[in-house]
Amino acid sequence: MSTLTSFVGVLFDGLAYGSLLFLIGIGLSVTMGLMNFINLAHGAFAMLGGYAAVIAMSRLGVPFIPALLVAFLASGAAGALLERVLYRRLYRATHLDQVLFTIGLTFMSIAAATYFFGPTQQPVQLPAFLTGQLHVLGLDLGTYRLFLMAMVVLVTVALVYLVERTRFGSQVRAAVDNQQAAVGLGINVERVFSITFALGSALAGLGGALGINVLGLDPTFPLKYMVYFLLVVAVGGAGTIRGPMIAALLLGVFDVAGKYYVPQVGAFVIYAVMVAMLLVFPAGLAGRRS
Amino acid sequence: MTRLPTLAWSKAEIAFWLVPVAAYFLFPHYLTLGSQVMIAGLFALSLDLILGYARIISLGHAAFFGLGAYTAGLLAKHGFGEPLSGLVLAAIVAAAAGWLTSFLIVRGHDLTRLMVTLGIGLMLFETANQWSSLTGGIDGLSGVEMKKIFGVYGFGLDGRTAYVYTLVVLFLIFNAARVLVRSPFGLSLKGIREGERRMPAIGASVWRKLVAVYTVGAGIAGVAGALLAQTTQFVGIDVFGFQRSADLMIMLVLGGTGYLYGALIGAAVFMILQDYLANLNPVYWQFWLGFLLVFLVLFARGGIVGALATLHRRWTRK
Repeated sequence: MSTLTSFVGVLFDGLAYGSLLFLIGIGLSVTMGLMNFINLAHGAFAMLGGYAAVIAMSRLGVPFIPALLVAFLASGAAGALLERVLYRRLYRATHLDQVLFTIGLTFMSIAAATYFFGPTQQPVQLPAFLTGQLHVLGLDLGTYRLFLMAMVVLVTVALVYLVERTRFGSQVRAAVDNQQAAVGLGINVERVFSITFALGSALAGLGGALGINVLGLDPTFPLKYMVYFLLVVAVGGAGTIRGPMIAALLLGVFDVAGKYYVPQVGAFVIYAVMVAMLLVFPAGLAGRRS
Repeated sequence: MTRLPTLAWSKAEIAFWLVPVAAYFLFPHYLTLGSQVMIAGLFALSLDLILGYARIISLGHAAFFGLGAYTAGLLAKHGFGEPLSGLVLAAIVAAAAGWLTSFLIVRGHDLTRLMVTLGIGLMLFETANQWSSLTGGIDGLSGVEMKKIFGVYGFGLDGRTAYVYTLVVLFLIFNAARVLVRSPFGLSLKGIREGERRMPAIGASVWRKLVAVYTVGAGIAGVAGALLAQTTQFVGIDVFGFQRSADLMIMLVLGGTGYLYGALIGAAVFMILQDYLANLNPVYWQFWLGFLLVFLVLFARGGIVGALATLHRRWTRK
């Protein structure tokens, strides 16, 4: 393979990987921007979506595409429930409490996943039309990765529409910008919180299910990718869509390129990039919090 | 005029320090566990300075523990097995790393600090993992041979020397930390914890104090790591692991932040529970760890020492 096509291949894989990180991380960006809440357990919702899809397919015989919907709904429901019962108590708590609390939830989710599904990687059976490769302009592109990117583009368009064009979206934006003023205008900020939290969890679940054969799925998932999701938000800036998107795509490309071209350095590249980015942009690429 | 807090030892404190001395005679078969508990306690103490007093959230404090452990381990492996100089060098290396990284830490807010500490920890883990010619990689660093302390007391299999050595080091460093937090410097740290924006108004340089306490905390963590390497004569790559940083935070909040004693009590309870429960089933242990954290945050914010302090206040008021 020539250097150019291998470079394009790496770029393509990196973008697919990055769009997945974006899909999972966007919910975290919203909770952090909206509620100033550090949720280290966000990856657990993605894992839940992954397991929900696997079970729906293997035990209930649901096809792949509807199984994605199952993942979306299962994680959304879990997010809504946990927000109502637990998270809500900690919106005003210190960041330290939030960190400890969500690390606790992460550990519990890992133990529960190990108990119910065992410590091994979960396989996923893709439908025939999503396997194989497509030939585009003389390049071989993986069909599944193209599908993945198309899904993320669709979701992003829907999200941007939701945030920029609907009444609910303007309530979210108002609450992010100035919570007190939003309450003063009669916006039910608590309800906005609940819905966005559930939506963020649902998107994470969708990402977890879509990512089974890119990111893998085993009980350590929430810890293994915690840094990546946090990175998307910290580098991208909380509370926006564009910032995390750029950050996720950069992260995906750098990570794949690093592992392809300098495998002996391993994951080191990504952590170094992260620390450097945080130094240059302490508030994130599109940061809006002072 | 306000006076500085007293440095006199209360009866409860003296009784506390008699416990590890008594344990040496009462439980001769558990001395290895005892050393591990005290090392964890020293490590938690170093985090208490950073987190309990200066409120810097760190998810990567194991970085300094690991640097100390590898420094002491590598020195001993290559023929410089004298324990005390090993401790000092480990402290210097870890404190230097702490000083260098502190500039990244002090300028950010909570999320940035969390990410940077996490990132530095993971980078060091990756380095130790990839540089296996030096560190032994995933298999760990073996062949650590310690010389005798003062040329007299060798590290035997019964763990007696290791226990006494750890206890003496722990006590000396605890004492220094106790003086530190009761000094004007310690009081200004508390001031930063309670109101970071107001401290400059009374003429205190916040970032200089945070740099100082972060450096000291890193150095102490390095000593704890060195003690582990010297007493077990082995360094595993997990010294840099995220689990170690997370466990450390659990110990500290379990015991109670900002008391110094909380770190020691939390470490003791945690290690003894772990010794008992993790042997039953590691998966259950992780579940209970998570449950403990959630419970502590929701219902018992002060930890064990915080609860004792509340009880004590109620008792004396009546």
